[in-house]
Amino acid sequence: MSVTGKIYGINGPIITVKGNLGFKMSEMVYVGDRRLLGEVIGLKRDETIIQVFEETAGLRPGELVEGAGRAISVTLAPGIISNIFDGIERPLQLIGEKNGAYIPRGVNVDLLDRERKWETRITVKPQDVVREGMVIAEVPETAAILHKVMVPPNTEGIVLWTADDGDYTIEEPLVKIRKTDGTEETLTMTQQWPIRIPRPVQRRYPADRPLITGQRILDTLFPIAKGGTAAIPGGFGTGKTMTQHQIAKWSDADIIIYIGCGERGNEMTNVLEEFSRLTDPKTGNLLMDRTTLIANTSNMPVAAREASIYTGLTLAEYYRDMGYHVAIMADSTSRWAEALRELSGRLEEMPAEEGFPAYLASRLSAFYERAGYVENLGGTDGSVTIIGAVSPQGGDFSEPVTQNTKRFVRCFLALDKALAYARHYPAINWLTSYTEYLGDLEGWYQRNVGDEFIPCRNELLNILTTESRLNEIVKLIGSDVLPDDQKLVLEIARVIRLGFLQQNAFHAEDTFVPMEKQLEMMKIILYLYEKCKELVNVGMPVALLKENHIFEKIVSIKYDVANRELYKFEEYRQMVDAFYHGLLETNA
Amino acid sequence: MSIEYLGLSEISGPLVVLEGIQDAFYEEVVEFVVDKNRRKKGRIIAVDKDKAVIQVFDSTDDMSLKNTHTRLNGRPMEIGLSLEILGRTFNGLGEPIDGLGRIAPEVVRDVNGLPLNPCTREYPRNYIRTGISAIDGLATLIRGQKLPIFSGNGLPHDQLAAQIVEQASLGEESEEAFGIVFAAMGVKYDVAEFFRRRFEESGVSSHVTMFLNLSNDPVAERLIAPKMALTAAEYLAFEKNMHILVILTDMTSYAEAMREISASKGEIPSRKGYPGYLYSEFAALYERAGIVRGREGSVTQIPILTMPNDDITHPIPDLTGYITEGQIVLERSLHQKNVYPPINVLPSLSRLMKDGIGAEYTREDHQDVANQLFSSYARVGEARDLASVIGEDELSDTDQKYLEFGKSFEQEFVAQGPNENRTIEETLDIGWKLLHILPREELDRIDTKILEKYYSQGEVR
Repeated sequence: MSVTGKIYGINGPIITVKGNLGFKMSEMVYVGDRRLLGEVIGLKRDETIIQVFEETAGLRPGELVEGAGRAISVTLAPGIISNIFDGIERPLQLIGEKNGAYIPRGVNVDLLDRERKWETRITVKPQDVVREGMVIAEVPETAAILHKVMVPPNTEGIVLWTADDGDYTIEEPLVKIRKTDGTEETLTMTQQWPIRIPRPVQRRYPADRPLITGQRILDTLFPIAKGGTAAIPGGFGTGKTMTQHQIAKWSDADIIIYIGCGERGNEMTNVLEEFSRLTDPKTGNLLMDRTTLIANTSNMPVAAREASIYTGLTLAEYYRDMGYHVAIMADSTSRWAEALRELSGRLEEMPAEEGFPAYLASRLSAFYERAGYVENLGGTDGSVTIIGAVSPQGGDFSEPVTQNTKRFVRCFLALDKALAYARHYPAINWLTSYTEYLGDLEGWYQRNVGDEFIPCRNELLNILTTESRLNEIVKLIGSDVLPDDQKLVLEIARVIRLGFLQQNAFHAEDTFVPMEKQLEMMKIILYLYEKCKELVNVGMPVALLKENHIFEKIVSIKYDVANRELYKFEEYRQMVDAFYHGLLETNA
Repeated sequence: MSIEYLGLSEISGPLVVLEGIQDAFYEEVVEFVVDKNRRKKGRIIAVDKDKAVIQVFDSTDDMSLKNTHTRLNGRPMEIGLSLEILGRTFNGLGEPIDGLGRIAPEVVRDVNGLPLNPCTREYPRNYIRTGISAIDGLATLIRGQKLPIFSGNGLPHDQLAAQIVEQASLGEESEEAFGIVFAAMGVKYDVAEFFRRRFEESGVSSHVTMFLNLSNDPVAERLIAPKMALTAAEYLAFEKNMHILVILTDMTSYAEAMREISASKGEIPSRKGYPGYLYSEFAALYERAGIVRGREGSVTQIPILTMPNDDITHPIPDLTGYITEGQIVLERSLHQKNVYPPINVLPSLSRLMKDGIGAEYTREDHQDVANQLFSSYARVGEARDLASVIGEDELSDTDQKYLEFGKSFEQEFVAQGPNENRTIEETLDIGWKLLHILPREELDRIDTKILEKYYSQGEVR
């Protein structure tokens, strides 16, 4: 028997039910005649407080509220990848087919397709002992992803019966087991999991492998580890969304969960269109074949916005449990924090900083802590990497969401308005950004890219820092008065900024750059620097060096040398040598 | 549903509280009769069992706790629509105020609208030629976009909006139906009159629907006016296949009205006293721009907002910028230099531009020229700062060139006549001419091939 009650008060997305009726915290409820989805968020002696994930206009006091008897959960089964959901895992494509252009209130759709038959291969046989997390069947979900049907957590037993390999829906029985307590249980492809509870793992590993994104400023200067956390804060128009799109497109994660949390409808449409067209350079599959979109656009109900982050996380953890490396793009966590603030305001809770509730920090930390590189219950390795965009009010990083986020992430990619105004993209400021993963990843870079990688990277950052110091002087007295060795630093820093840091997302070659080329680019820039330094040391003015167009040539390496043509770097090296010797001879 | 309630239990500013009612729902419309002869409308904004908080779309001045009869309408806020609305003027509640009588509605729509499903949207790609170089060249307006004008008091945002509307509609291919929906929220009479006159002069007024809530009209009505306008726009665009430009002015007054109501309701304020749901409310308006797959029409929004104290970090422009697809920022110092339109191109941006320009839509060099102009103009700022410290004469040759470029850029590219309608070729050619001022090696944002093809042209023109 489910618990029921009657609506008493309505205030935006929050409704109250009078009386102590036996609802549980976080229980899923159906609200009103149209059975809108809601969640119990507060219990008082004589009052139950419920947040409703759908528009509440039209609800009347007195309408029925019915408890579902379980916490607000997502359905986990094949059909998640390449789909687009709203904040509570309702498929938007299907809603569109059934209801036309707009999303009506109280839509009732199956979360995942229950009719579709999936080609299934059973991987266990009778008498096998199965434990939580073990794979019992495999289903090719998309061209890129093999879905592994697992024994749900907290379940173990002996296989009594299995279905034959064949085509099944997500609800048909695949395996029957006898559990240790003697009861029998039928396993299907479907699992339910409450969104606010992290899925269990065997153990956590240190994050020592980078998430390769093909974006030079990320991979080289500020790498993110697989299973790590990163925040991308920036005012509007600085390119948060573009940066996330680039990572979603080109990173070497197996699966991308893209959460559009309180963002623009057209942006989600853009991702959907573009990812259905573009192919993954590594596998040749469509990008959409490894992507799930969760769209709660800014005009969708605010409570579902709060939930969308957790829905995305739970989906990510589910695929991590299969042994995949999953990356979550949360765009934007500020909208989620604002949803918390809005709901908290409606509940008339005591506000802390800037009207945000006092539990903002603990919610943020709980969110980012669900990332990690783990050994899952099934014994394989998987990871969840979280990359969250932050939209600080007024572009001011001292506001509570940015500051609290900074405490819980280990990679901070600060976007800069001045760079964006000059259309230097990605507008990541190399002076204020940081990563704590460099030490953890050093070994990986040495083994897989080269011993010289980390020293080169540090030298690059060193030149950029020196440049910023020199710029302070230039601002006061102009660049003409600087000694030549300092002028040279400015010139080389310019080459680094234009030729290395700036990356054109719309250029076919430049949009994704493999590690090897990143290293070669760094090396050639530093080689040029070294040779120029020698020339300056023998007294040649920088103005003379600049007459040769070698600097421009190095800058356009990013366009002129294709990702496959690394042998061409040798020509550039010779070019630098020729430039060096040429100058020495003519001006000796 | 025609129970009438006599009396009220509380009146506070534009809000009244009614107790002992049955079956009221959130967002329901109510009708008041004051002293048995004066009619007013209201909307329920909170229900608690038998107590409703109602927002009155009129002054509450003559209401007392005893003289008012209240009737629940049983319906949310709605507007009757048909093609007759073109050429008409309404108040913020959708009632005609031009003396031409009621319209015969073909459909009746809930003004609150519903969220558009991202799966059924079509990503906007067609650019709208506004004939204004700073917009067409650097922050291109795309059909189905929401591109606000961030302005300040005393800046010519109204002229600019009117010019955009006129020239954008002139640029349309004549077969396509276009229309303009204009919503005034708390603007001065003169402003509304200015737009009406401009629409009339340019001969588009038969395609214009106006919703006017002037600055002395009731505050609560201000919150409904833009919803009325957008419902009308959606109807014309998606049911009558028209390309609709929506002007919403002034978003700042809209936000102020929301703050006022929120304060009377006794809600917990967040930033600068605005309610925590300001973002959601803004989004509910702005997100109604767009194109629906399989339908001919489109809704393009040009909201205007005046930044309090010219501060772009104020919550109103700030939250707007996070929702809209870019912004056009007007700058007081340019206005003082007599540059019209005084668009500061650096913070101005069109997010949809990248997909709507280039060889297919405008010209192959468009993106490169735009990037270079942005980058060079950003450098002008540095050169000017330096010049103010060490004097212009001490600047290096390159920096001097930048100063020259900056001046010409403002005078020739940004500035143009209030009726000047430039083609995209003209705009880009002016861009090349200006870039020619700079040494060729400074042009580091332009693809080598494009540079070779166009750079020399700058000399000739």
